[in-house]
Amino acid sequence: MAMTWLPPDWPGNFWAHWAIFAVIILVFVLLMVLMFIWFERRALAIMQARLGPNRAGPFGLFQPAADALKIMLKEDIVPAKGDKLVHWLAPVVAFVPVLLIFAVVPFRGGAILADLNIGILYILAISSVTTVGIFMAGWGSNNKYSTLGAMRQVASVVSYEMPVVLSVVGVILLAGSLSMQQIVAAQDIPFILLQPLGFLLFFIGALAEINRTPFDLTEADSELVAGFNIEYSGMKFGLLFLAEYGEALAISAIVTTLFLGGWRGPILPDWLWFLVKVGLVFFVIVWIRTTIPRVRIDQLMALAWKFLFPLALLNLLITAAEILVWPAVSLWVFVPVNIAIAIVLIVLWSKFFKLGWGKVEV
Amino acid sequence: MKFERYGLGIAKGLSVTIRHLLRRPVTTQYPEQRLNPSRRTRGNELIWDKDKCTGCGTCAKACHIGAIHISTSTDLVNNKYEVKSYEVDTGYCIFCGLCVEACPFEALFMSYDYERAQYRRGDLVQGKEEMKETPERKVSGYFYPGRAAKLPKQSLLVDNDRGKR
Repeated sequence: MAMTWLPPDWPGNFWAHWAIFAVIILVFVLLMVLMFIWFERRALAIMQARLGPNRAGPFGLFQPAADALKIMLKEDIVPAKGDKLVHWLAPVVAFVPVLLIFAVVPFRGGAILADLNIGILYILAISSVTTVGIFMAGWGSNNKYSTLGAMRQVASVVSYEMPVVLSVVGVILLAGSLSMQQIVAAQDIPFILLQPLGFLLFFIGALAEINRTPFDLTEADSELVAGFNIEYSGMKFGLLFLAEYGEALAISAIVTTLFLGGWRGPILPDWLWFLVKVGLVFFVIVWIRTTIPRVRIDQLMALAWKFLFPLALLNLLITAAEILVWPAVSLWVFVPVNIAIAIVLIVLWSKFFKLGWGKVEV
Repeated sequence: MKFERYGLGIAKGLSVTIRHLLRRPVTTQYPEQRLNPSRRTRGNELIWDKDKCTGCGTCAKACHIGAIHISTSTDLVNNKYEVKSYEVDTGYCIFCGLCVEACPFEALFMSYDYERAQYRRGDLVQGKEEMKETPERKVSGYFYPGRAAKLPKQSLLVDNDRGKR
């Protein structure tokens, strides 16, 4: 590949490293978000037997750029009775943490802005700040729909943070480190095989945290019109939109790093492996969006607390036992065992899963 | 034991959507691809045959909207009516086809075209000259099965027929 002539610790100099990776991350996030918007609309359309955007440029590739241009030219409307400062600040508070997440995402071996030894903890901490931005957006708009949407967002994030963190702990136990580089390095077997249940819980929880369908109650077009961003227009709306897709990109990158072996893979160059896996995870997110209708708010809450949370605890317990009790056994042995455990637990817990003491239909 | 509630339903749904990835789109890219309408379509205009028309005015009587204005004068030499003016206000016309069915001399037809939007209301009024049958202004097979047989077949999406007309 093209970069082999570079020394492994390029760019070497601390400030040069910082500057170069800051630029790389900015370009990567903006480009990938534009690509993702195009990809989602296109894939969604094809799965619904439509064509999707196909006018601007080849295959409609310039459609997101055209949308961005349109959004930048639009009037910036601020509600008269809204909280002006909060309304102005909210998109920034929502978007900046999304960018910050990529500081610890390893794009290839050694290509990382900051190899923090608490990488995944940093991600979990910083990604929650986006919720504050979204709540500010909902609150500052002085609109009942946006406030309701923002409150739902806070409720779902607070609930789903629990299973997400617990399922991440399983990965940390296996890798023996919080650093994203170390987690990738530890994955001789992709952790999706060793932690099938953990992967499922993390993925479902992550979908709920970034408000993707079927958990997009924050935006719920059919009931809340547009949710928290209803009073936004122009580039502020653009930033909120960017934050939303940036989060999807971040989740794709995190799932890739934690469960799919990050940039590791045979034959292809490692940065390409990373991009392919990120694209694949995002495709699954889009695929789920076309398939599953939105859940009710009680279903959302019940799923977090009655289904994901106990399963995440059990998953953590089982993983810890496997590592503590049989440390010498090859990890390959645990692959079929863990998959069987995951299936049994899911079926068992689905049987227990009730809403309103069984009086409400699930 | 039924597994529908335990994720099997979701798995089935996912398999349905992924199979649609390989399916052809059902939409038509309109300005480039056009579908042939039904051969018996009632298009946006009326077409009138000057030679067959006797000026009897049956069409104007059949029109319950009153969109057809016909005025005639008597041609005493040939002992028949001469049509002075024949106007259809397609802005009022509801394209019911009753005038076509009423015409005893097969002089009035529905058109086959559907792209007849105008910028001004006055342009919606068809005079004598705008009612002639031309290659651009085709006659629909409505009420005339003989003419319908000559028109191209209606394009159906099941045949995936989206060719240019």
